[in-house]
Amino acid sequence: MSQMFQIEFDNVPEERIVGIDLGTTNSLVAHMTLGSPRVLEGHDGKIVPSVVSLGDNGGFIIGNAARQELIDHPERSIYSVKRLMGRGVDDVQEELKLFPFRIAEGSESVIQVMLGDRKMTPPEISALILRQLKLNAEEALGGPVTRAVITVPAYFNDAQRQATRDAGRIAGLEVLRLVNEPTAAALAYGLDKRKEGIVAVYDMGGGTFDISILKLHDGIFEVLATNGDTHLGGDDIDNLLIRIALEDVQSEWGEDISHVGEAVQTLRQAVIRAKEELSFVPVTSIEFAWHGKSYKRELTRELFENLIRGIVDRTLGPCRDCMKDAGVTPEQIDEVVLVGGSTRIPLVRSAVEVLFRAKPHTELNPDEVVALGAAVQAGILAGTVENQLLLDVTPLSLGIETYGGVVTKIIHRNSTIPASASETFTTAVDGQSNVLIHVLQGERELVKDNRSLARFDLKGIAPMPAGFARIEVRFLIDANGILNVMARDARTGNEQSVEVKPSYGLTDEQVEAMIEASIDHAEEDLNARQAAEARVDADTILIALERAKKNAAYGELSEEERQAISAAVIQLQAVYNSTDHLLIREKVEALNQATMSLAEAQMNTAVRSALKGTHIDAER
Amino acid sequence: MESNCWNCGASAPERFCADCKALQPPPADYFVFFGLPAQLSLDGKELEKQFYALSRQLHPDIFARKSQREREYSLEATAVLNDGFRVLRDPIQRAMYVLKKQGLDIGEQGTRDVPPELLEEVFDLNMALEEMKFGDEEARTQILGARERFEGMCKEIDGELKKLFAAWDAGHDAEVLTEIRGLLNRRKYITNLIKQTETA
Ligand SMILES: [Zn+2]
Repeated sequence: MSQMFQIEFDNVPEERIVGIDLGTTNSLVAHMTLGSPRVLEGHDGKIVPSVVSLGDNGGFIIGNAARQELIDHPERSIYSVKRLMGRGVDDVQEELKLFPFRIAEGSESVIQVMLGDRKMTPPEISALILRQLKLNAEEALGGPVTRAVITVPAYFNDAQRQATRDAGRIAGLEVLRLVNEPTAAALAYGLDKRKEGIVAVYDMGGGTFDISILKLHDGIFEVLATNGDTHLGGDDIDNLLIRIALEDVQSEWGEDISHVGEAVQTLRQAVIRAKEELSFVPVTSIEFAWHGKSYKRELTRELFENLIRGIVDRTLGPCRDCMKDAGVTPEQIDEVVLVGGSTRIPLVRSAVEVLFRAKPHTELNPDEVVALGAAVQAGILAGTVENQLLLDVTPLSLGIETYGGVVTKIIHRNSTIPASASETFTTAVDGQSNVLIHVLQGERELVKDNRSLARFDLKGIAPMPAGFARIEVRFLIDANGILNVMARDARTGNEQSVEVKPSYGLTDEQVEAMIEASIDHAEEDLNARQAAEARVDADTILIALERAKKNAAYGELSEEERQAISAAVIQLQAVYNSTDHLLIREKVEALNQATMSLAEAQMNTAVRSALKGTHIDAER
Repeated sequence: MESNCWNCGASAPERFCADCKALQPPPADYFVFFGLPAQLSLDGKELEKQFYALSRQLHPDIFARKSQREREYSLEATAVLNDGFRVLRDPIQRAMYVLKKQGLDIGEQGTRDVPPELLEEVFDLNMALEEMKFGDEEARTQILGARERFEGMCKEIDGELKKLFAAWDAGHDAEVLTEIRGLLNRRKYITNLIKQTETA
């Protein structure tokens, strides 16, 4: 009996580690509560749209409320910022043709986006979304939340993962683990109930496509291979429909509205509505009105499917490559899991079914399944979920630049992580004190065709003849899929200093500065809110007093009493616009005291009620 | 490797200290790490079983709430576990690992010298690849034929290797190892040729 109690007791103190799906279109936060994952709700629902807008007062509007701002103030609103995470200006030229990102001038390796006249990096914007989720979770769980598991597309590279982790830090979250979205989904489905088997997870979200093939083994989820496209998702379908509608509008209205941000945003919402409806009905229409003109086009599912077939087909190549890398045939795949809103499209479902020759799982809401899986992983880390373990892989090969602009691979893609490799470096010139190592990610032979990750500068090498130094460098990809580099002098065994110059991403110092800034702003934001609340109280009492003055009781006050009240009013008005809420409250309280004697002296309940802010007429 | 537990000082700790249960720094040698004899012939099933069992013991997820130092050892140990599993489960990589440990590293590229008995084959293949570039479709059949021959050679080598692996395991004869190295070099050269035919 006491043993039973002990076990239950151990399971009760659940740590508030949350699981977060930081999506291109929508974001969610979930938690493992009493043994099962659940999505936590905010004031306006479970889903926080990944939209951020800069408000009139300089504060930020996030989520559902920001969606309207996207139409009203597109110049200071942003959506799909995940597409910019960990990427440089050169990387996003294609996206810029399709998405209304306003890239700040002078952006290079780290993009800066303009929100109104404010310059912000993608991790800072993502941090605002994370902070909203953190708040929602804190309210739902009734306590502070400081640790999280955040999901990323399996095919995210190192820079994109680092940017996501940076966003967490800026939001005040210790990111205990980055988990790949498809793997998280497999966890959510609790497929471990099947002891052995092969599972394919097909994940088509708003902006990215991932495919992962896993082997289940007694609670161990071992990823065999992963593949994908970080530029393929539901947004591409929307853009296709928007392009068609814009052409129609141009010919019908004789007007090109493709550069009018508000119009395009309104149209985007119209095509999304039509797209979503077509998952349930065979025919619908795209309806759009703008400045008194209207546009309507009928869209059948058949036509829709013909339009998007190319996009759906683009997911099949990565699926085949993934099966090849995993060493499995379609017949060997026991289960298929669908993740992401785009997998609601009947054409996507049938394409998956044909390819894998298995009927896909759709029991869980494809919008929630990733967040639920993140919560399970959080439970694993918290120790509340036992006997389940995720063994993931690195999606891309890691290499170093060697002579002639060629890449030598040191950790191959689909290696189980953590994974490591060691290389020994030496000097080429007598007395050389630095060695620069260029690390890349990708599958191609030449440096220029791969993704530059960072340059590592081995500094302070003791002067020696060329070729004598022996610096052993260890490259380690951790369980988050993020590269760590350590170096030591192989002769002395001493640690060798390494300076990291990320090719696309923030330095540690920059992230620290942003954390500082966000804390500063958080204080500003809090102060502003508290001052505003104090002003509301001031208004209440001032209005009540004005009403009371019309009451006969006021005339019966002594001269001193009336002067005391006037003095208190003047003092309150003097501090009314102060940013110091304590000062405002102090003066509100003083006026409260000054009017108290009035109320008591007259024993007039009507006045009393008026001073409390009740409508005086109601008392008569 | 430290001879005392870093945490409580107890002597001769294994993977975990017998006294305080603290995780110890992992051994670097893959065979030692898996607790397997340093042999070239190896039971793949047994290796896999060990891999899963050790993953459950060592993975960073299990150490998330432990001290910074144990978290680091867990990361290190799991990296060695995963790296070791990758190398040991593949006979060729496993043999190269043993060669390296014995100071007979064949390096990343292997030899660039054409094995003399392959001289003619390589010459013909290069000709055919050249002709392919100019759109000669007949060259394609020639290349496919070459690939088949190369794949046959690989199979033959693998058979010989298997015998040599057993021979090395039986007596740790240095000459056997040199012979293995020769075969691995040849194999590497041939697999590179196969790759060339695939790009055609
Ligand atoms: Zn100990």
